[in-house]
Order: sequence, then C-alpha cells, then structure tokens
Amino acid sequence: MAAIVRDRLSWYEASARQRLDALLDPGSFTEALGPAERRMSPHLPLFDLPRAFDDGIVVGTGTLDGRTVYVAAQEGRFMGGAFGEVHGGKLVGLLRAALDRKPAAVLLLLDTGGVRLQEANAGETAIAETMRAITDARAAGVPVVGLIGGRAGCFGGGGLIAGTCSRLAVSEGGRISVSGPEVIETNKGAEEFDSKDRALVWRTMGGKHRRLIGAADAFCEDNVAAFRAAALTLIAQAPAFDLDTLEAEQARLRRRIAEFGDCRDAADIWARLGVNDPEAVPAMDTRAFDETVARVKEATHDAR
Amino acid sequence: MESLTFRHTTRKPLPGAKPQAITGVVASGNLEILLERVLPSDACEVAIETPIAGYGAVWEAVVADFVARAQPGGVRISINDGGARPDTVALRLLQGARLLET
Repeated sequence: MAAIVRDRLSWYEASARQRLDALLDPGSFTEALGPAERRMSPHLPLFDLPRAFDDGIVVGTGTLDGRTVYVAAQEGRFMGGAFGEVHGGKLVGLLRAALDRKPAAVLLLLDTGGVRLQEANAGETAIAETMRAITDARAAGVPVVGLIGGRAGCFGGGGLIAGTCSRLAVSEGGRISVSGPEVIETNKGAEEFDSKDRALVWRTMGGKHRRLIGAADAFCEDNVAAFRAAALTLIAQAPAFDLDTLEAEQARLRRRIAEFGDCRDAADIWARLGVNDPEAVPAMDTRAFDETVARVKEATHDAR
Repeated sequence: MESLTFRHTTRKPLPGAKPQAITGVVASGNLEILLERVLPSDACEVAIETPIAGYGAVWEAVVADFVARAQPGGVRISINDGGARPDTVALRLLQGARLLET
C-alpha cells in the first residue's frame, strides 16, 4: 500500500523532501546539513524576508535500487527554488563529495527559477561553481542526472546547470529554459513572446518540446515511479565525458541551429522533425508521445 | 521580521522517541515547522519568525490551543512563517506533532 502511494505521488505537487523520500529506497536517505543545523541565508534578513531552515535545498545520500546515489532536491516553492549562497554551497559541496566518494550517480532534482536576486552575486557564483563541479564529477566517471518536473521548472542558471548534466528526465509540467517567459516579454515585448499565452510557454519550454529536440533524454509521467524508472535508465545510459562526446554535442547543436534556426514556433520544428500531426503533440498522453518520440531521429543521440 | 517566543508547561511528554521532524514549506500562505525533542519533558517552547508584524496575539492564541490539545512536552518548535493563516498554522502544528510521535 505504502509503495503504491509513493509511486503514484505527483512529482509536480510534492515537496522536495517528499520527492526524495518517495524516489529513493525506503529509509535509505541520510541528509547532510539538515534543517536542525539551521544553515540559513545570511542575506534574506536584510530584506526583511523569511528564511528556510535548509535554505530551499535538501542534500544527502541514499540508495536507488540498492546502489548508492548522492542527491539534491530544490524546493521550488521557497523563493522559486532560487540559488542563494547557502543553497548553492550545499549543492557544490555535495558534488565535490561525489567526486571524492564516487557514488553510482548524482541525482539533481532541479526546481528553480535561477539565481535568487536578493543574493545575486553569491547565486551567480554558485551556478558557475555547480557547473564546474558537475563537469568534474562527470570527468571522474560519476553520471549526473537531472530530474525536472517541479512547479518552478528549471530556468536561469538552473537551465545552464541542466545543460551540463549527463542526462535529463523531464515531465510535461517541467519546463527548461534560461530566460523565462516573463523575462523574454520584458526585454523583447509581448509581440516576441507573450508570457500569458500558456500554450505558447509550454510549447516552447515544456517537457515535450525539450524531449523532441533531444534536449531532454526521457519524458516522464507526473509521478515518482516514472522519474525513478527514468533515473535508473539514464544512469545506465550516461555518455562518457570525453572529447568525442563534447565534439558530438557541438556538432549536434550546430546542426540544430542550421536545421531549425528559421522556425517561428515549436510546432514548426516538430513538423520539420517529421512529426505527422504537430498540432496534436500538446494533447498527447505519455504513450502516444513516446511513440512519436521513437520516430524522431533528433531525440536520440550520444552527445551532451 | 518579527520574532515571537512562547513557553508553556505541559502535563505530559509528547509520546514517541523520534528526535526531530519538519513539515511545511516557507511559501506564500504557508510555513515550515521544525520540531526537536530537546527540552525537559514538561516544557514546550515555540519560536516564530514572521514577516507579518502585529499578529502576536493571534499567534499566542493558536499556540496555546495547540499546546492544550497536543501536550507536546519536551519539544522545541521553530517556525519560519511565510504569511500562513491561523487555521493553516494550527493544522501544521498538529501535523508536526503527529510526525514526531510516529
């Protein structure tokens, strides 16, 4: 009974702690720098803003199907899951520990709007340090797999971090981008990108589009069982982090801009990818979408 | 930010032996509650950090009601508030006490 509840838990609705608790083998999670240690933001009180005991990120170790994994889960509801100094420090520390201890994988449960503006310099530094720590871990043979399906999506520096992971799993509700909808509209105008057009936002940044163009490597239904299965598959399929992989990635991205650079809408890209009925993609259920993905060459690659 | 602390004497300790529990998230209309079994078994302390000033009397009433119902002896409760309504606070406190008992 308990296992069924854990498996069916909505990733989108769950908190960071609930996701970790349900994702890992029961009772296997050990938290580092837990809430009782009160490592909170030194900056937020200056702005008269409330703090969180864990600064919005839960880090630690556990087992997944019996193998040791290092995990970090961002709480997207606390300040949009944004990176502050302590938040970033915990993530970088986890990744550096992984480099040292060589677990089977590092799982990043990303749920973030990017840098926390109230501590922007520390947050930006944290993003850069995280990307460096991820590449170091990958170079040492530790796969780093991103799981994205939270309400904050994965934006700003979080989008950059996602781009450095070995593999990514995403759900329909998970969105991946660097500049978010409101940021694009503010800078370029509503004619360029209307952030209130939810269909446009999901079509452009949502999980299905990211999966179809190969930016994400697995598409998950919105539940813990789907993300657990995807994590296990992607750990096993993580590419080597060497010159060949990087050159393949560079070639893939160059090909992508050459093939799709003139498209005005994600649906145009899907049509060019060979999707029979691009307009039907947003409404497809997971099975129909997986069948569509299987017919698209772009979605599968050995790069990243 | 407003800091409030309430100390109560309880008739009995909170059942169970779990040393700590946390529930809730610091988000709009929500709060996080950290419970730690670190006090003498007839004492309960509730410390609150809230960005909404001027509601000390409401907090005092909600906390007193919770202590009377749950008898959380031995427990130090720390709250980071995100502007939760009193009913949400009351439910979270009871939820936290239950987590510590099981």
